[in-house]
Amino acid sequence: MHFKTFPHGIHPPELKKPTAEKTLEVIPAPDKVAIPLHQHFGSPAEPLVKKGDEVFLGQKIGEATALFSASVHSSVSGKVLSVEGHKHPLGKPVLTVTIANDGRDKSSPDIQANKDPLSLEKEEIRRIVKEAGIVGLGGAAFPTAVKLTPPKDKPIDTVLINGCECEPMLTADYRLMVEYPEAILKGAELVRKATSASRILIGIEDNKKKAFEIIRSKTNGFEAEISLLKTKYPQGAEKNLIYALLGREVPRGGLPFDVGVVVQNVGTAKAVWDAAETGKPLFERALTVTGDGIANPKNVMARIGTPFEDVIAFCGGRAENADIMVMGGPMMGLAQWTPEVPVIKGTSGILVWTAAGPPFEHNCIRCSRCVTHCPMHLVPTQLMKYVRYGHMQEAESWGIMDCVECGCCQYICPANIPLVHWMRLGKSRIISLKRQKKAHDK
Amino acid sequence: MTNKDLRLQSSPHFKDRDSVPGIMYAVVLSLLPAAAASIYFFRWRVLAVYGLSFLACMATEAVFLKVRKKPMTSLWDGSAVITALLFAMILPPDVSLDIVIIGAIVSIGLGKQVFGGLGYNIFNPALVGRAFLQVAFPVAMTTWTPTSFQIDSATFATPLGNLKFQDAIMQGTLTPIKELFLGNTGGCIGETSALALLLGAAFLLYRRVIDWRVPAGIIASLALFTGVFWLADPQSFASPLFHIFAGGLIIGAFYMATDMVSSPITPAGTWIYALGIGLLAGLIRLFGGYPEGVMFAILFMNTFVPLLNRLTRPRILGERRRG
Repeated sequence: MHFKTFPHGIHPPELKKPTAEKTLEVIPAPDKVAIPLHQHFGSPAEPLVKKGDEVFLGQKIGEATALFSASVHSSVSGKVLSVEGHKHPLGKPVLTVTIANDGRDKSSPDIQANKDPLSLEKEEIRRIVKEAGIVGLGGAAFPTAVKLTPPKDKPIDTVLINGCECEPMLTADYRLMVEYPEAILKGAELVRKATSASRILIGIEDNKKKAFEIIRSKTNGFEAEISLLKTKYPQGAEKNLIYALLGREVPRGGLPFDVGVVVQNVGTAKAVWDAAETGKPLFERALTVTGDGIANPKNVMARIGTPFEDVIAFCGGRAENADIMVMGGPMMGLAQWTPEVPVIKGTSGILVWTAAGPPFEHNCIRCSRCVTHCPMHLVPTQLMKYVRYGHMQEAESWGIMDCVECGCCQYICPANIPLVHWMRLGKSRIISLKRQKKAHDK
Repeated sequence: MTNKDLRLQSSPHFKDRDSVPGIMYAVVLSLLPAAAASIYFFRWRVLAVYGLSFLACMATEAVFLKVRKKPMTSLWDGSAVITALLFAMILPPDVSLDIVIIGAIVSIGLGKQVFGGLGYNIFNPALVGRAFLQVAFPVAMTTWTPTSFQIDSATFATPLGNLKFQDAIMQGTLTPIKELFLGNTGGCIGETSALALLLGAAFLLYRRVIDWRVPAGIIASLALFTGVFWLADPQSFASPLFHIFAGGLIIGAFYMATDMVSSPITPAGTWIYALGIGLLAGLIRLFGGYPEGVMFAILFMNTFVPLLNRLTRPRILGERRRG
């Protein structure tokens, strides 16, 4: 059988076995949660609480005031200990609400269940999603309410539900598909209604056949079609998934809106359904805790704000010699410098292992493997040279801003050149040059 | 749990196993059948050529690395070994040993290290050494010996020399394709046996070490070019099949032109480069002063590689198709 996929990309080792068949376990809420007000793409939320306030479980503690932002909710009931800068998995300290858990999980009176969520109106769905602070749970944490509000001149015909989980080692999305297929389908249906799309397409890679079978057995009654895709990284990257399933190319610098598509991760779809059905805002998420530095690899449901060290302790602790801790997958995840950082909405996994140390870097031998594998069809080695020698205009015209930092080039590079690092450096230089120019022109 | 010992590194955290030395030694491995064939056809003396070429290349590489204050790790990346092997393989079997040393030094020194070492050379290093010798010692470089299974004669020539200067088609002495394919024919040490070379090339293609477009493009354009003339006048021109298996075309197409460093990195650039080599090689063979043109064709197209790369940026995903 021929499965759809996209051109280029790579086949890294999957390493999903240790956790794939492990049921999601709920981690007990910790004594103290640290909930950053900035966990998403866009502007930070404005704090609604102050030190000493009593908060309920699910109470809104940060308000999204900008368009690209998301509200933040308490993941426990208890007392606010502080609202101040705190260690954050994305690196820089972020304004964070720290709450002492009273252990009672008293729900906020604002949380209201809906009797018949599937008959909700478009506007109502968008409002619920915005109020629940839902963001893309694949890792990029793009505010979902924005995705549900396509511009008037860009009609949407298809909702793509992303069940690829193409990052190695991660299995939390797989667990959600196996354990909550109906919630995902119903959430997808709400997304379809909110965007006035005519159909739902679900893409799952062929290394997750069980999830495919389970979801397919539930699709009766939904305008949903489900496809198996040939396993390849980065299939779950929005633009590659759209190409794989629909053969459409999102224009450079554009969004899926531009080709009539909205993409939602399976976890996001489930969060949308949960919010619509029970009124529950996004205060917990599924994530995979794995790697050879974890005693007991697991898939877990963790409250937002749970420190990494608590999550790791729940999974049997960290091996003594393990020296790499990554948030996300091994291809795009961020190395952490401390286990005190909290789980945020974008935490798809916590990986711990022992690293071999940086490899010897050879000169580029121009083997062009990075060119052959780049899913955006860029020329990474050339971009690296442009950035290295300061030719930023050439770097830009050769498409450095189109780089999605998926890591294929660096993964495949036989010379061990940190290509993705060069891409990031180049992009940030170009952005700051543009800012300078703007400031200068004023 | 302490946090001092956590190591920071940027993503991706996974790495494919293949490495620069891995690629280089795969090429070395792939050349072994051809090297064995060369010993079979030209006897043990060629071992001295291989040995001296190896020693001279490695010594030159080491001296340059030392002077340029580069890590000695690079000496063992395998690239100099390939140059040494390939350079020896494109010398006449009876070449005098001092010439081997001179050429090997030139290959690594002028062909590779003066540009900045591995990855920065414009030309294929082995071909630079060979071209230098062609100019400096023209007679030595065009004196050929028969294989140990051929009869010696005063006017011994390579199949291509025979074709060009001795009117082989009319005389009926054109070397049969079978001999060309197996390698029982005059020529450079490692170039004569197409069979042995193709065996190694198949391994490289399977391992995806070399880009299939390069040999495909070279062979296609050479076959097309020589084919047109052959069809028009088979009494004066040899068949495309003869041209593919004669001389250095196979070793050039699969091992020289495919040198990653000196070939384009874009797919379109690679096609232009390969088609250009085949066409130029055919042009020189049919109408040039030399019987063989593969070396100059590759060196000539090497010079265009930076330009080809610049002019053939691939279409980025989502970029509007031109026109």
